[in-house]
Amino acid sequence: MELTVQDIVAWIEKANEKMQANKKYLTTLDQEIGDGDHGINMARGFQEAADKLTENDYPDTGAVLKDTAMTLMSKIGGASGPLFGTAFLKMSVAAKGAETLDHETFKHGLEEAVNGIKQRGKAAEGEKTLVDVWAKMADLFNRETDFSADKIADEAANAMEQTKDMMAMKGRAAYFKERSIGHIDPGSASSQYIFAALADIIGGK
Amino acid sequence: MKKIMNDPNEVVQEMTEGLTAAHPDELKQLPGTMVIAKMNAPISGKVGIVSGGGSGHEPAHAGYVGEGMLDAAVAGEVFTSPTPDQIFEAIKAVDGGAGVFLVIKNYTGDVLNFEMAAELAEAEGIKVEKVVVNDDVAVDDPSSRRGIAGTIFVHKAAGAKADQGGSLQEVKAAAERAVNNMRSMGMALTPCTVPAAGSPSFQLGENEMEIGIGIHGESGIERKEITSADDIAKELTEQVLDDFDFTGEAAVMINGLGSTPEMELYIVNRKVQAILADRGITVYKTFVGEYMTSLEMTGCSVTLLKLDDELKTLLDAPAQTPAFHS
Repeated sequence: MELTVQDIVAWIEKANEKMQANKKYLTTLDQEIGDGDHGINMARGFQEAADKLTENDYPDTGAVLKDTAMTLMSKIGGASGPLFGTAFLKMSVAAKGAETLDHETFKHGLEEAVNGIKQRGKAAEGEKTLVDVWAKMADLFNRETDFSADKIADEAANAMEQTKDMMAMKGRAAYFKERSIGHIDPGSASSQYIFAALADIIGGK
Repeated sequence: MKKIMNDPNEVVQEMTEGLTAAHPDELKQLPGTMVIAKMNAPISGKVGIVSGGGSGHEPAHAGYVGEGMLDAAVAGEVFTSPTPDQIFEAIKAVDGGAGVFLVIKNYTGDVLNFEMAAELAEAEGIKVEKVVVNDDVAVDDPSSRRGIAGTIFVHKAAGAKADQGGSLQEVKAAAERAVNNMRSMGMALTPCTVPAAGSPSFQLGENEMEIGIGIHGESGIERKEITSADDIAKELTEQVLDDFDFTGEAAVMINGLGSTPEMELYIVNRKVQAILADRGITVYKTFVGEYMTSLEMTGCSVTLLKLDDELKTLLDAPAQTPAFHS
């Protein structure tokens, strides 16, 4: 299976739908261990990204991902803007000039995205951040040879759930120390929606 | 929520318009951005100094744009870091060929956005250096310590060094010297309300105070029954003194968080000065007032900066900004 320019645009639009639908939930998660604006910020960023993508025609998947990255970076704000911006920017570099994305290229893009987020946020796995979802997705792509909607959706949901038992080591949640345990990381939850959206697109092909 | 405002979503834009209208000869807002810059920026051959962060901490940071301090300040949404594209515009606007220095408060969002902006600037051939301010001793781990009122001393040190013709590396060294010799601690009696949120981000009981609270209401060290001004001053000052050896000369800042009467800040200062005298610390200069606020939070912070000859010179150098003169 290969993902086309239209698929990538549809992915971001689907992710936006999920952010809008779960805006309140994401904000509630963030009120528990953060500053309570994650849902508002992600909903704003993805709405802007989806709007931007419908305005333009794109020659290749890399260009779609790049516009997504630049919009997220400048519109989400907070710590999430540069982190999600970096993830999509790294994927866009891997997809540069590619009219369609095969599993191998997507895998490579995800690896670069994980490295980018880790470097930008100086975070590692297990620190209760979005890295915990993105790294698990990169691992999944490493194990598999083709896109599987079910596996992507399941792995993303599992990875998000696992952040619940972790103690936050990065970001404002880290100030809560032990009290952060028992709460799902908001950035992992929004990352889960991004991959659930990807699974929806793949499943619909 | 009771606030003097129009649209809660427009508070930052309307504030910057009002600020530049109050200082039409000194400040300009870069079109299409939330960047407030010095009217005469960029200055050829001088290192440009840029700071910024979420709004709601006024006069930080745009109030410190002017001679001897910042060349530009970037205002984010209330309590939200500005985005890389905005910071990048500020960097470009103040680059006079000698590079640009960024003063960043230690919050994940601020650090990430400023670093990303620095990379964008470097990709265009602008030299960028930075310092991350982490003066809040309420957090144990120094790398996680928040940047609070001491940031103003860093603006002053970096700005003065740049005005004296310091290179980018020399400005960085001066700013780091200030950061390394400075500690702060704050407390609050009442919370604050972000305009777009409409309700306070946390609650404090009628007789409660929180020691070590952050300037966005981040949880502090201890929540307890309110005590006297002297006890509060003692607790804040001792936490600061326990963390660093201030023996010698120091500058003192007693900072109001937004709704604290000056009367109360002076009452706190009275005790702080007495404690320092007891400990044999000579106070070189004292600043009492609102320098780094948290919307309408009631409370204060105490900052000490240990001085050497260079830091004294930088502190005494001329500065002419809306919120700081020397």
